[in-house]
Amino acid sequence: MSDDHPDFDHPDVVLVPHGPMLLRGAESVQDLEGTVHAVDRPVVALCRCEKSSRLPWCDGTHKVIPR
Amino acid sequence: MRLPKPRGGLSEWLVARLGEPGLTGSAPGADSWDDESISLWTLHELSFRGFEDADDRAEWDPDLLGVRRDLETALEERLRARWSASDASAAAAPSPAEVPSALEAIVAADDGPSLADRVRRHADRDQVLELLRQRSVYHLKESDPSAFVVPRLPVRAKAALMALQFDEYGDGDPNRLHSHLFARGLEAVGLRAEYGAYVDDAIPENLEMNNAGSLLGLHRRLRGAAMGHLAAFEMTSSLPSRKMVQGLERLGLDGPMSAYYDEHVEADAIHEHLAARDICGTLAEDEPDQAVEILFGAWTCLDVEARFATAMLGVWEEQS
Repeated sequence: MSDDHPDFDHPDVVLVPHGPMLLRGAESVQDLEGTVHAVDRPVVALCRCEKSSRLPWCDGTHKVIPR
Repeated sequence: MRLPKPRGGLSEWLVARLGEPGLTGSAPGADSWDDESISLWTLHELSFRGFEDADDRAEWDPDLLGVRRDLETALEERLRARWSASDASAAAAPSPAEVPSALEAIVAADDGPSLADRVRRHADRDQVLELLRQRSVYHLKESDPSAFVVPRLPVRAKAALMALQFDEYGDGDPNRLHSHLFARGLEAVGLRAEYGAYVDDAIPENLEMNNAGSLLGLHRRLRGAAMGHLAAFEMTSSLPSRKMVQGLERLGLDGPMSAYYDEHVEADAIHEHLAARDICGTLAEDEPDQAVEILFGAWTCLDVEARFATAMLGVWEEQS
């Protein structure tokens, strides 16, 4: 590792403050009801506020919930 | 796509010149904002897909580049003057680490009218079709302006922009390319879907909005503003896209067009974080002088959309 060309952090899971959980490289996700959803994107955003209209995915609804 | 219809002296000169490369002589001044806007749109388009009735070499014709530079300078000065007069630009310049939250603050303070709200509840079928024709100017080349920025970014921002663009371009599946999804949607609602189909119908506010995006994307100097613009676009897409789905379904326009917007509910809920944090946040850390530029681009994205929305709502007001 050098200062000019470091190893960058690149976590598979990132928790966004007051937002969703970003998940990289998953192939499937099981929702709260036990249904398994295939993942067809390199990164997905999983709802953490449980108010999304399309669980388990985030749809941005958390932004209109007073906190 | 064929060259657009001229809207005044400058665009008339430009269309003639592009159609017949042998012509010489200097460009006249623009007659109007409309004339200026369609001229710059046409010159930028030479760097995207071009025109079947124009010479491809015109993209790098020094005379035409001179015309383009003058039009771009005027547009950039106008955008920067609006930004300088805004409350957002009066706030203290953010430190690099504060860029993502400064972007959130700009988005939260946006009080422009929402076309998606209107579509969700009140707009009639003709109004929605008119909006889709206007939106097609951008959505048929969706994400293409940002693609020019890739080689101009440092490592982390470049990787993050590619992650976002890969999703915009269908994750390797041509059927899922966003501009292709929009074209399928246009066909399904009975509109023309070929690239550039409705440019002649574009109102000047729409051309300005598109020109602003292309200007930022095409100039390395403006890379920070281009990425701020992208972030604001993605951060204001998910919830309005859901309203578009509801409005399209209300009007019986469900199917591929609502599927296009439906895709954006989910995709842009991801992209907004990639854009604000991984692209803009790291770009500002690596190139701190870009922090303010990122905010300028973000604010400009919302400002040109607000001007377009105000104009569309005004047109609909007159019709009712």
